[in-house]
Formats: sequence, C-alpha cells, structure tokens
Amino acid sequence: MLDRVSRLNAEYARAIDDDRLEDWPGFFTDPCLYSITSADNHRQGMPAGVIYADSTGMLKDRVAALREANVYERQSYRHVVGLPAIVGERDGAVRAETPFLVVRIMRDGTMALFATGRYLDTLVEEAGALRFRERVVVCDSSRIDTLLAIPL
Amino acid sequence: MSTSPERREWPGATLARVPYWVYGDEDNYKAELRRIFEGPVWNYVALESDLARTGDYRTTFVGEMPVVVVRGEAGEIHAFENRCSHRGALIALDDSGSTGKRFQCVYHAWSYDLRGALVGVAFEKGANGKGGMPESFCKADHGPRQLRTATIGGLVFASLSPAAPPIEEYLGEAVRSRLLRVLGRPVQVLGRFVQALPNNWKLYVENVKDTYHASLLHTFFSTFHITRLTQGGGVLVSPDGAHHASSTIDRGDDRVSTAYRDQGIRSESDRYRLTDPSLLDTLKEFGDDIQLQILTVFPNLVVQQVYNALAVRQVLPKGPGAMELHWTYLGFADDTAEMRRRRLRQANLVGPAGYVSMEDGCVGGFVQRGVAAAEDTLSVVNMGGEGAESQDTRATEAAVRGFWKAYRAYMGY
Repeated sequence: MLDRVSRLNAEYARAIDDDRLEDWPGFFTDPCLYSITSADNHRQGMPAGVIYADSTGMLKDRVAALREANVYERQSYRHVVGLPAIVGERDGAVRAETPFLVVRIMRDGTMALFATGRYLDTLVEEAGALRFRERVVVCDSSRIDTLLAIPL
Repeated sequence: MSTSPERREWPGATLARVPYWVYGDEDNYKAELRRIFEGPVWNYVALESDLARTGDYRTTFVGEMPVVVVRGEAGEIHAFENRCSHRGALIALDDSGSTGKRFQCVYHAWSYDLRGALVGVAFEKGANGKGGMPESFCKADHGPRQLRTATIGGLVFASLSPAAPPIEEYLGEAVRSRLLRVLGRPVQVLGRFVQALPNNWKLYVENVKDTYHASLLHTFFSTFHITRLTQGGGVLVSPDGAHHASSTIDRGDDRVSTAYRDQGIRSESDRYRLTDPSLLDTLKEFGDDIQLQILTVFPNLVVQQVYNALAVRQVLPKGPGAMELHWTYLGFADDTAEMRRRRLRQANLVGPAGYVSMEDGCVGGFVQRGVAAAEDTLSVVNMGGEGAESQDTRATEAAVRGFWKAYRAYMGY
C-alpha cells in the first residue's frame, strides 16, 4: 500500500508541476474533499480553506477559472513530496499523511519556498485505481505570499 | 536624500490626481504611522468573540505598533502597547491566549494588569538587602501606552488619540447601518489566513474602494456569466470620504446587456459555465437584495459580504512597500450545518486564492513596480468626476477619491 500511495503522490505532483491541471480533478472521487488550510486552523478545528472543494465539478471549475478568468503572473511549482505514513485503514479506505515542500518559480526567475506542510489523505479504490476521497492540505504556516493560484 | 514630509507638496487641490511618491516615500510612511494609525482614527484590532472571558487576549498591531487587546475583569476591553516599560521587550508573545489577571514580561518578569498598568517589578526591593530599584521609582509613572477601545457589531477598535470621536459618530449613520446590516448577531470564526502583499498599504485600501475595477480585473463573474458592472448597485461614501460601502444588487434583468461586448472587453464570452453551479447557491440572509457588499472603515478594516461568504480583513502596513492582509473568515454562531457548508464553499470566491480576489493580491505589486521611477508623476482617478460623494453606479472612483480626501485631511496635505 505504501508503494501505491507513493506512486499516486508522484503522479499527482507531476500533473501539477507539468501544468497538466486538467488531469488534477481525476485524482479525486466524486464527491470528495479538497481543502487548503493551515496548521493553526486545523489544530483549532476551524474548517475554512483558501480553496475548498467538495465535488470534482468544483475542482474542474477551479482549473477553468485559472485558465480562463483569473489574472496572475506566470508561475510554476516544484513539489517535493516525502514518504507517506499509512496512519489507518478501515472499510477499504486508507488514511495517509505525507509531508511536502513546494517551491514557486516566478516568470522573472525568482524561486522561493512557497509552502511546506502535510497532506492528510483518505484514499479509496475506484475502478482499479487509488483515488483521494479527501485531501486536506495542512500548510505549516498561515501566511501566503501574494496569492495562491495553482493548487498544492 | 529624502525630503521631510512637511516639505512634500501635494500637487494641486483636485482629488482626481495622486502623486506616486505617496506609495514609496520613507518619511511620508513614517508620518502616516504617527498621523493616521496612531492619530485620531479607530483601528480595527480584534473580534469581541476572540475575547470571551476575562484574561482572553489577542496580539496585533496599530500601524506598526504592537498591541495587546484583552478582556478586563469587569467585562470591559483594554488595549495597550505590547512593550515592556523596562527594556522594551514584547509582553505577550502569542497571537492569542488567556492570561488570568496578569501579563508578565519574560525578560525580567515585570508584570502588568489587564489594563496594561505596571504592577510588579521583580526584586523591586533588591535581594538580601542589596540592589533593587531606587525609592524614587514609581511604577504608576511607567507603563506601556494605553489605547482607548470601542466596539460595534462585535468588532473591537482601538485608538491612541483622545481626539477620535465616538465610534458611531466616526462611522456616520449610513456606514454604521451598512456595517450592522451584516454584523447583526454573534459571529463564529471559520478560519484565519495572512496574505503578505508586495505593495504599499494604500494601494490595497484604494483597490477595495475601487468599484470600477471589480468586473474588469476580476473576470471570474463575467467569464462564467454571473455578475457585471451593468448590474444594479452603487457606492456610499461617508461625508468625510474616509469610509465606504459598495453594493451589487440582484435585479436579474441585465443578463442581456451587451455593454462589455460592445466595448470589446475580454470579460465577455459565451463559452464558459460552471460545472458545479451550486457554488453560487445563495441564501438571502440580510432581508434585502444586496448580493455583495464591501465596506471599509478608515484606515485598516474591510468587512466583506460576497453572497454568503463573510470575512473581515485587517490591513497592516509593513514598511512603504509591503503590507499584510489578515483574513478572518466568519459565519454566525447560529448557522445550520447547511449554511456552514455554503459559507465554506463560497469562501472560494475570496481570500488569497479567491476567484474574485486573488488578483487583488498581485495588482498592488504591479503598481508598486510600475511606478518605481515615476515618483513625481500623477495617477488619474477621474471615473465618475472629481467628487467623493455617494453615487448610484459602480463605474466610478468616488470612494477612492474619498480615501484621498480623508488621507489628506489627516496628513495635512
């Protein structure tokens, strides 16, 4: 299982870093939960996220908005994803926790550590593939530089 | 070499021109901290609900001055400079907490009551008959600066100046009633985020007051056929220009408008629809047709109602070319689970990743970088005329001119 989760994480990170955002919703079940929050909010049980999606439709709309509507300077990410810890397994659902670093590269060449944190995932088997039923992105910091456009 | 703020000349009387030096000048920035943030204004500092019990506190800033805001022993709210009167260290180190009846500085254990008065000096009488403070030292003469506080709609404001009028008078009746329209009952915090912006604080405040840019920069609503500048609404500006409330009204009769297409603006397109339109499933909760209301209280508060997504945003200056925007996402304490979920989903519209607000995170930086070599050039703030009066259209910069009207009055320009 550890191996399958690791491979899923690698594919997920490649899809985002290679700007194949259209593939991103396909990593999730429908309905799902994808949210980006902070360690402080998470610890205090506060539910809001800077991104909060509970259907793959919302994930697709996020991608469509980034492609067609939202304005931001050209930028890309480099994810470095650590080894997952399998923290639970019940009724066919696997819970995993995986640390990550994301470097953001701006159009002028500026590279900066944009986010660090952990993915808190619930994974299920769907049509022979492992998918995220939940991926809560808990950033270590509550502070976001300028804006968050591309998903983590 | 920089000139002192007294020697900077404001170029002419019109509110419709603003010099670019105002976004980068060091001395002007320092003067703003004294004359505005530490002057006769009310700074938003906390929510009342952050301070439920005696000793509950939050730390924040008034301009760049660190402050502690705390619930007192009789239920009143105190604010004082977060600076030990001994050697100047921060008294409280956490963002929030609960302290009982005393704060104690970690450096030499001097202690303060909940009003910020110095009440304890470690080894004041010395040790073993030696050392200690001189007899002449009077604790009452030494304490961090204390601020006045005021509350309205569950918001806590602080002022260093005895000249700030009562908060109701400061806001004026029209803005006050628009504030209480949204914040009429106990709130619950759903999350907090900080957005670090690479621009002068005024560029963000102007942006929030600028009703003209909304549907031009933020093309989400128009791309997905949701709302346009041609919808109903308008902008209310307080008589002194300082505060504003803009609104968009759901009339549902302008979907056939061709104004954007006629002007060749990129926001108009027929190709896109939301895959999951339930994002905009909205409940009218304030007894009217106002879909969006953005309200500012000079100098540092934004209260936002975007459909059912509610938030307060606190503007904190961090030098001439940087600021922080502190977002507190809100619901009401009596929200149903369904309403809570609706607010969480609609929060996608706002915040650092918001469909209709992420651009505001970068556009101030575009101006800051764009004017790097233009300090004596003037920006043009002419939409809707030269005045700062309320207007029943959003195709105006009236509230931006209102900001400059108030700014110049406080700064003496």
